[in-house]
Amino acid sequence: MKAATAPTLELVCPAGSPAMLKAAVEAGADSVYCGFRDETNARNFPGLNFSPEELRAATDWAHERGARVLLALNTFARADATDLWRASADAAAMAGVDAVIAADLAVLSHMHSHHPDTRLHLSVQAAAGTPEAIAFYAREYGVKRVVLPRVLSVEEIKALSRDITVETEAFVYGGLCVMAEGRCALSSYASGRSPNLSGVCSPPEAVSFSEADGERTTRLSGFAIDRLPAGEAGGYPTLCKGRFRGGKSNEVDYLFEDPVSLNAMSLLAGLAGAGVTAVKIEGRQRGRTYVARVTAAFRAAIDALRRGESAAPYESLLSDLAEGARETTGAYRKRWR
Amino acid sequence: MELAIGPLLFNWDSSRVETFYARVADETPVDTVYLGEVVCGKRQPLLQNALARAAGRLEDAGKTVIWSTLALPATPRERRLATDLAADPDHLIEAGDMSAVWSRAPAPFVAGPLLNVYSAPAAAELMRLGCVRLCTNVELPLSSIAEIARACPELTLELFAFGRLPLALSSRCIQARMEGLHRDACRYVCDRHPDGMDVATVEDQAFLAINGLQTLSHGCQLVDRPIEALKAAGISALRLSPQTLDIVALAVDFRAYADGHIPADELAARVRALGPPGPLVSGYLHGAAGARPIDDRWAP
Repeated sequence: MKAATAPTLELVCPAGSPAMLKAAVEAGADSVYCGFRDETNARNFPGLNFSPEELRAATDWAHERGARVLLALNTFARADATDLWRASADAAAMAGVDAVIAADLAVLSHMHSHHPDTRLHLSVQAAAGTPEAIAFYAREYGVKRVVLPRVLSVEEIKALSRDITVETEAFVYGGLCVMAEGRCALSSYASGRSPNLSGVCSPPEAVSFSEADGERTTRLSGFAIDRLPAGEAGGYPTLCKGRFRGGKSNEVDYLFEDPVSLNAMSLLAGLAGAGVTAVKIEGRQRGRTYVARVTAAFRAAIDALRRGESAAPYESLLSDLAEGARETTGAYRKRWR
Repeated sequence: MELAIGPLLFNWDSSRVETFYARVADETPVDTVYLGEVVCGKRQPLLQNALARAAGRLEDAGKTVIWSTLALPATPRERRLATDLAADPDHLIEAGDMSAVWSRAPAPFVAGPLLNVYSAPAAAELMRLGCVRLCTNVELPLSSIAEIARACPELTLELFAFGRLPLALSSRCIQARMEGLHRDACRYVCDRHPDGMDVATVEDQAFLAINGLQTLSHGCQLVDRPIEALKAAGISALRLSPQTLDIVALAVDFRAYADGHIPADELAARVRALGPPGPLVSGYLHGAAGARPIDDRWAP
């Protein structure tokens, strides 16, 4: 039984670079998560991420300030390159990170057998949303925390927490996958590259734009995935956020999701009450100004809750940052389905 | 080379389902048939009786029946169904997610294509837990399948050889949303599109297909390599995913291909004549975009 005291939540923030890591820690992150500069993590974008040396230095720097560093090794090892994932796992353990976030059975098994002292978190890419699936990873690999699929409602998380023995971490802010993570091949169907295969969704080198008749068309490897009035701001053009034609009306519309961004700050108390240990901000690709603002806002909200106050005053602080400038609480409210 | 019919992905009415499996039982040269609802837990009760009857008929005809579990179990009822099925030693099962593996291990099971096995060490992990057969993830190129086969020679490898590619799953019903409905009151609108509902780009290029919670390719996967190349890669079973085209003709053509009587391009010509739900694609097998058309010099 968890004590019915004021909720405390660990704030886990994205670090796409050493500078972003420092910005997040200075703004109040309890933990930061980052990845190596290759396809072993799910934000394999040009100009992002860490070398092993940078990771070691950043980990030391964070530890001096009482912050934890989590290393995302959360893609699936390619059959012809499993050495790269093994070497990355070894480098993460050598750097002294506080946990490795993994999804692949190959990575989990290697970590469990070769680095049993390094804590393992189950990545959202493993799409483990049932007590049985979570128990599997806890029993086989000693996973200590599961990052929850972004498809569960608060009520479902509460029920789940009662049935599992590991910690949970829930996304509360940033981009929102509409699909079950780790189960989506839309990007590779169009472009040949996907989160599972290569750590990228809708890879930037496959995206192109063209303008005609006052409209801008976005293409992914030739497939038109969106069309907007020229000059209108849009978020990063991932395939599932685009507009397509289909259905009864056969009109062009957002097929999977309107262009919204997750903001579950209003649900922090509910998530803590549901047994969630840590809350996570998405966006290693978003830069240090962004992470500083989002981290500070969530730090303030969590601290307010800890003092027994309302987090409401902080809820509108970030609304101008949302992709497409609209926010949602996503699957946390069941109505979303 | 074994032929297998994958689990039905679409919401067909029970008479279509019974006719389909009766024909599979009586008229097709397939060895293995996967049964069970893998996409949407709401659909499970609709077909329970029809599938139980189909199983009997298939087994009487000498086919091996394997029960597939739901890919994204969520509600207590869905979880119970998946774990009960997985824990039943009298049935062979195909695990659709790790819940099923947890309930099943260490008893033997088939790992479904959504279990995210991308490498030999991952396959070896599943084998340690009881996996005896793996239907490879649709994203995997033939070269990766060959790597897995080399490292895991005891593992039976099955290739997704025909049908619209299952690309993504959501916990929200995309089809209900498109019809302005909520999943909890969806009216089972997915039954209107027995091959999936076509989705085109803003430029009217056919692209995807929606099947309730699931997004599939508009293109129809067809293996386009010589059968000897598949055998060399360690593949010993071909999965045909049910679509509305003539399953008997499809299975007969695949049998001829698998036995080396017709080459891959002749298979493509015959499948094209059967009216597949979309253009034939095979990019994933070659390590390219899944939507890439098949390598077929004789295509019209």
